[in-house]
Amino acid sequence: MATYTSYPPKGYRVRMSTYWWLGRWPYLKFILREISSVFVAWFVIETLLQINALIDGPEAWLEMQDFFANPIVIALNVISLFFVVFHAITWFNLAPKAMAVRVGGKRVPGILIAGPQYVAWVIVSAAVAWLLLHG
Amino acid sequence: MAEQIALEVTRFSPERDKTPSIQSFDVPLRKEWVVLDALNYVKDKVDGSLSFRWSCRMGVCGSCGMMVNGEPKLTCATFLTDYAPGPVRVEPLKNFPVMRDLIVEITDFLEKLSKVKPWLIRDKEKAPSEGEYLQSPEQLETFRQYSMCINCLLCYAACPVYGLDPLFAGPAALALAQRYNMDSRDEGKSERLDILSQHDGIWGCTFVGDCTQVCPKHVDPAGAIQQYKLTATQEWVKSLLMPWGGK
Amino acid sequence: MHKRSNEPFVWLLFSAGGVVAALLIPIQLFLFGVAFPLGWLNAPSYDSVLALAGSPIGRAYLFVLCMLPLFHWAHRFRYTLYDGLQIKHLDELVNTLCYGGAIVGTIIAGYLIWRIP
Repeated sequence: MATYTSYPPKGYRVRMSTYWWLGRWPYLKFILREISSVFVAWFVIETLLQINALIDGPEAWLEMQDFFANPIVIALNVISLFFVVFHAITWFNLAPKAMAVRVGGKRVPGILIAGPQYVAWVIVSAAVAWLLLHG
Repeated sequence: MAEQIALEVTRFSPERDKTPSIQSFDVPLRKEWVVLDALNYVKDKVDGSLSFRWSCRMGVCGSCGMMVNGEPKLTCATFLTDYAPGPVRVEPLKNFPVMRDLIVEITDFLEKLSKVKPWLIRDKEKAPSEGEYLQSPEQLETFRQYSMCINCLLCYAACPVYGLDPLFAGPAALALAQRYNMDSRDEGKSERLDILSQHDGIWGCTFVGDCTQVCPKHVDPAGAIQQYKLTATQEWVKSLLMPWGGK
Repeated sequence: MHKRSNEPFVWLLFSAGGVVAALLIPIQLFLFGVAFPLGWLNAPSYDSVLALAGSPIGRAYLFVLCMLPLFHWAHRFRYTLYDGLQIKHLDELVNTLCYGGAIVGTIIAGYLIWRIP
């Protein structure tokens, strides 16, 4: 149950607006980062639909491809792609903040923690692409 | 350079007003003046009833935090010329109740600060005859950044979670808890974790990161909290795998 | 004194999901959502996709790809609802919808992956 501080409510308080996140760019960036999770969930739904089509057979798979070729779906997926990439970049860049890695007493610079993640991203993406294009 | 700049200041007298209002003052635009100088000019020469907190005027006491054009700033470290031609809007620090004009009620923070036990906790104190606690520069380095906090509360003004949920402990309190957790002389990690691994402790934080952006002493409270989340998670896993383990 | 929160459990799932989503989703979304439908690259045939998906590694990969990002969404969306709509007092409802949704999605994923021929 949400309660407020026990301290007597002296002083003038304003309730935070529902649109507080539009007030400053850092807040908007934060909310966009959080909203990216919705597009992540959308991708999972699409993947489940694809698996369902796989189970139903080649005709269902072709119908799935038509679904993906629908301009509205393509537009939605392009937007999703932006958000998913935004998630990846913000995620890799925030990781160094959460981990204080010290070597020989000195803090390892953030880029040495973020960098390997980007490298892993490229390698994994290349592997998946190769499997799908040549596998 | 223009001669003057307009300062739009929040006025609120609890005995007279129901809600705050804005009053505009024209102050000289001197290139070496900070917003605090402008406020003091108003108080000295124009309206002595203008109320605001300040002390050291050099960015170490943490008293003069206010919102300048919507951003939390130390008014002693914010130059007027950066806002020319103005106007400059000066409002009380966000997310705190306003007592009068630009003065806010910070008791909530003080209660939360004492809740995190910001002092060295030891099972046994060393007697002075046994000598000092020794600490290497590397050991100091692990917590020095978090000890730089001047309790100016700009991070609380920036934190949307604190604004939305007044029960949240907030950036500075959590960063100061870490300052003691990471101190090699301290033995209170476990005790603090009991208090802070709660929803109104570290888990309320959603890593907006604005607190770190506005901190004038580069304390990086957001980093401190995320690291603390990692520590709390490690302790949680350990307690799952080894429930018989002592504290 | 106070019992420590069990939040670390969902936070771990959220973090793991975040890593999986960051590393694995972009390329697959790009290929299936943009590159193949627009003809930039040749889409794989039904048989090759089936071979990949039906292999033990493929099934494990798909399960991880579906399960962890769903829990990542659940945790993040839960807090977005708190911060965005200020409905923290409805937290039981929000938790049920978010984590419950992720659990349901995971069960569906498990079932579908098991049924891949």
